[in-house]
Amino acid sequence: MKAHTLSILVENRAGVLSRVTGLFSRRGFNIESLAVGTCEEEGMSRVTIVCIGDDAQIEQVMKQLNKLVEVIKVSDITENYHVERELALIKVAADPGSSRAEVMQIADIFRANVIDVSSKTITLEVTGPTQKIDALSNLLAQYGVKELIRTGKIAILRGTKTVISTK
Amino acid sequence: MKTGAKILIEGLLKQGTKTLFGYPGGVVLPIYDELFDSGLPHILVRHEQAAAHAADGYARASGNVGVCLATSGPGACNLVTGIATAYMDSIPLVAITGQVPTSLLGNDAFQESDITGITLPITKHNFLVKDVKDLPKVITEAFFLAKTGRPGPVLIDLPKDVCTAESDVETDIGSEPVLRGYKPTYKGHTRQIERAVSTIISSERPVIYAGGGVIASNASAELISLAEKLMIPVTTTLMALGAIPGDHPLNLGMLGMHGTEYANYAITECDCLIAIGARFDDRVTGKVDAFAPHASVIHIDIDPAEIGKNKKVDIPIVGDVKTVLTQILDRLNSEKKYENWNARIRQWKEKHPLIYDNDGKLHPQFVIQTLNSLLSADDIIVSEVGQNQMWTAQYYCFKKPRTWVTSGGLGTMGYGFPASVGAQVAFPGRRVFDIAGDGSIQMNIQELGTVSQYNIPVKIAILNNRFLGMVRQWQELFYNRRYSYTELPPVDFVKVANAYGIEGIRVDDPSCVKQAIKDSIAHEGPFVLDFRIEREENVFPMVPAGAAINEMIGGRPK
Repeated sequence: MKAHTLSILVENRAGVLSRVTGLFSRRGFNIESLAVGTCEEEGMSRVTIVCIGDDAQIEQVMKQLNKLVEVIKVSDITENYHVERELALIKVAADPGSSRAEVMQIADIFRANVIDVSSKTITLEVTGPTQKIDALSNLLAQYGVKELIRTGKIAILRGTKTVISTK
Repeated sequence: MKTGAKILIEGLLKQGTKTLFGYPGGVVLPIYDELFDSGLPHILVRHEQAAAHAADGYARASGNVGVCLATSGPGACNLVTGIATAYMDSIPLVAITGQVPTSLLGNDAFQESDITGITLPITKHNFLVKDVKDLPKVITEAFFLAKTGRPGPVLIDLPKDVCTAESDVETDIGSEPVLRGYKPTYKGHTRQIERAVSTIISSERPVIYAGGGVIASNASAELISLAEKLMIPVTTTLMALGAIPGDHPLNLGMLGMHGTEYANYAITECDCLIAIGARFDDRVTGKVDAFAPHASVIHIDIDPAEIGKNKKVDIPIVGDVKTVLTQILDRLNSEKKYENWNARIRQWKEKHPLIYDNDGKLHPQFVIQTLNSLLSADDIIVSEVGQNQMWTAQYYCFKKPRTWVTSGGLGTMGYGFPASVGAQVAFPGRRVFDIAGDGSIQMNIQELGTVSQYNIPVKIAILNNRFLGMVRQWQELFYNRRYSYTELPPVDFVKVANAYGIEGIRVDDPSCVKQAIKDSIAHEGPFVLDFRIEREENVFPMVPAGAAINEMIGGRPK
């Protein structure tokens, strides 16, 4: 059992996302993370899903996804050389004078941006692989994380290779 | 300019629809108004579920897409069991549902239900049409999806205002739509075909395990050619009965939970399993690890997701069964006849035939055998679900594909009677029998009204044991004979039939079975046969749930 990153090209139409996610729940697969948006092809969207399973399970879920009429292509890019990123917004408790400087120092180390400040909080924006965001949020936990929002992972192949429609 | 309703009816006619099965209601009024003088025949059922099953029965018997129509909300929801039945057995069906006007969508309007949401997991695809301009394209795509690749049900949800809106959109858009996410593979991969051929030739004990895909692909002739060319024995699933004649020397009958002993032994002993359009269902395999444990497995299926889903496969071949079998036949040059293996199977067949008591009582198996002796190869047998279905599968000798109509995957009680209506509508000249139990028939008994109204001459043979027999059998065998809510009070089915203006006869004695069936055949309209069978007759042999398929119980003379 390990985490697989699936890059799924779909028709950009109403209801497609529920077809995709419905299939995961119906067949007993958990979605660890999900990111959706339009892409380079007009009328298509790209869905990036991280799910955990053994090879046979992942093969089955990919085959089932491929059966959806509005799914154009499914690729498991886990084993390919790829770059992955996630974006998180983290609102941390930071009363003036107390830990505020420490929080900003930690943010600096992680190359996180301060995007909002209030009298009692600092809000950070950070991008990176999932583990980096986990590490930052764990570090910030001691100061009090008021709110944490993650986009879900997106991933792209390195080099000239692409995950595009070939059907 | 044409209304959406007119575009729909014209589209259905253009797609070759011969009959609609449906039930009117508020939001489909525009469609029914258009239908009124369209020339497209419509059968008014008594419950929308029956419309779906009738369309399904029509599709199974004829091989063409069945079409049903229902109104929004409760009408659409009543189709659900029928759609799920078709989905599980890969039957081409187009279901058309009315929907509340687009302006009210999502408002919990009167008779609104999210039927595209509800049927998402039980359709091959579905459409909610919000613009009348999309309708010609949607109809073309719906029929194309229903009948190509792995067939299945497709639903079109039509809001009322889309049916009344007018459009001058081009309706003649051909029959092969371009769907960039849908490209079924029909031809088998050459290298895999070659591997399959060499595996078959080098094997000593091959068995063909044929499933519903053989029927769907109309590949019965190719299946028989393959079997006869090398003398390979063939066992069929419930769905594939008739793919090879029941009395063919190479036929082993059905395998699995209520399969023949010799089919299950052959599977257990074989060294090469050729699975053709079958999906290794749990009712077939029993304990999967013990299913064909010594075999190299060749799996031919049009749906890649079926390959390796339940059983590890050595040689996967994705493709249309008919095409792939032709490819294999073209390459198969061997004089092998597997004499030793066939001799062994003959011994099993002689030693372990299907058997039931011959004690002068009225046994259901005898009813089926008598029926078999009185009908011809083209006549159509439909069944409900449960013991009636299994006895028919075991004791009726199907000679041709598409003469057997039954709900396999979903196991839908109440399927048979409405499905027999669809089969009879597809083939008015053939005799159609619905083999029912007293439980199943009461799930859609209101369709007596339909067959009476249109004088659809289906014969309903009720194997009446005043039990929900299959559940009772499990209670007898595995729940210490505690018959919890499985006993049904007696019903006078002849009187029920009479109330609908239908004739019927009750049969209590084996000596009257033959004449009663003959009378029903001679009768021109629908007819009810109420056979009062042995109450606690069991279906044997039987593989207990979770056991290996060679670990059967029953089936031996007392």
